[in-house]
Amino acid sequence: MADVLERVTKIIVDRLGVEESQINLDAKFKEDLGADSLDVVELVMELEDEFDMEISDDDAENITTVGDAVTYINSKN
Amino acid sequence: MNLEGKTALVTGASRGIGKAIALELACHGADVAVNYAGNEQKAKEVADEIQAMGRRSFIVQCDISDSDAVQAMVKETVAQFGRLDILVNNAGITRDNLIMRMKDQEWDDVINTNLKGVFLCTKAVTRQMMKQRSGRIINISSVVGRIGNAGQANYTAAKAGVIGLTKASARELAARGITVNAIAPGFIATDMTDKLPAEAKEQLIGQIPLGTLGDTADIAAAAAFLASDGAKYITGQVLGVDGGMAM
Ligand SMILES: NC(=O)c1ccc[n+]([C@@H]2O[C@H](COP(=O)([O-])OP(=O)(O)OC[C@H]3O[C@@H](n4cnc5c(N)ncnc54)[C@H](OP(=O)(O)O)[C@@H]3O)[C@@H](O)[C@H]2O)c1
Repeated sequence: MADVLERVTKIIVDRLGVEESQINLDAKFKEDLGADSLDVVELVMELEDEFDMEISDDDAENITTVGDAVTYINSKN
Repeated sequence: MNLEGKTALVTGASRGIGKAIALELACHGADVAVNYAGNEQKAKEVADEIQAMGRRSFIVQCDISDSDAVQAMVKETVAQFGRLDILVNNAGITRDNLIMRMKDQEWDDVINTNLKGVFLCTKAVTRQMMKQRSGRIINISSVVGRIGNAGQANYTAAKAGVIGLTKASARELAARGITVNAIAPGFIATDMTDKLPAEAKEQLIGQIPLGTLGDTADIAAAAAFLASDGAKYITGQVLGVDGGMAM
């Protein structure tokens, strides 16, 4: 779990240009981290590459917070 | 114009305008995936010609109105070339009829291929182009999408739809370094216009200020320009290549 969160955090920091301190499991990509819809799509694409998995459009729509992403990835691994 | 090191996918590249575009892009140095629907032999000839120029090329059968097939086609192109810089949405069909006589099937076929097909191909390449943070999408619309044409309600609606889709995708993808433009050809000598009765052709030529049908090279030159670095600041535009029919 910790490892997944770390890797997810790194991608978010790189992609959205936010501080690591802003990231917690409840942080919402759009409202809290300043992402627009296209940023979220790109984020999901990078998570797919990083964790070598495919995230369907339906599943991707439900990933709106950092915690959602971590939980999703853990459930698939 | 230099397209060396760039890779392209051209839909409907076995014949007509698509073939001319594929050869022109290759002539400027691009590697080109040649899509076709049923005409494998013709597609192969185009790919062979491109390989003879020293560029990479392969043929890929795909009905562009089939979502799964389109995804597979784009996946294969990226697998073969390693990247995808240029998509030319060219494949298209006509099923002409007067509105009163037009069958639902004729309407659906044309909308599915000429409009939905462009959407599906655009959607499928977006992931790769977004990752690259660069890409060129060139949609082949038609002059009739701008000025209308009797007997082609389905085709005209689809081609006007392509112009709207071009503008929406240009806005959506601009921040990712992807440009999207349309070319609106007038009447170009291909199999598509060969089908017209001689009388209708005569009458058409009368409406063309430059006084002749265009040829496929005219469209290919415009496509190569829009794919080139010289067009990097152009997006969301419709370039008429129509002998002046729409002004
Ligand atoms: N010719 C004109 O005057 C004119 C004017 C304005 C716009 N346009 C547009 O320019 C484009 C090309 O026209 P053209 O005159 O070159 O047509 P064409 O000579 O009839 O060639 C059509 C091409 O599209 C392919 N195709 C058809 N349906 C397809 C499908 N469902 N999936 C994949 N490929 C498909 C064909 O493949 P196969 O060989 O395998 O059948 C062929 O390569 C079209 O979008 C057309 O609307 C043409």
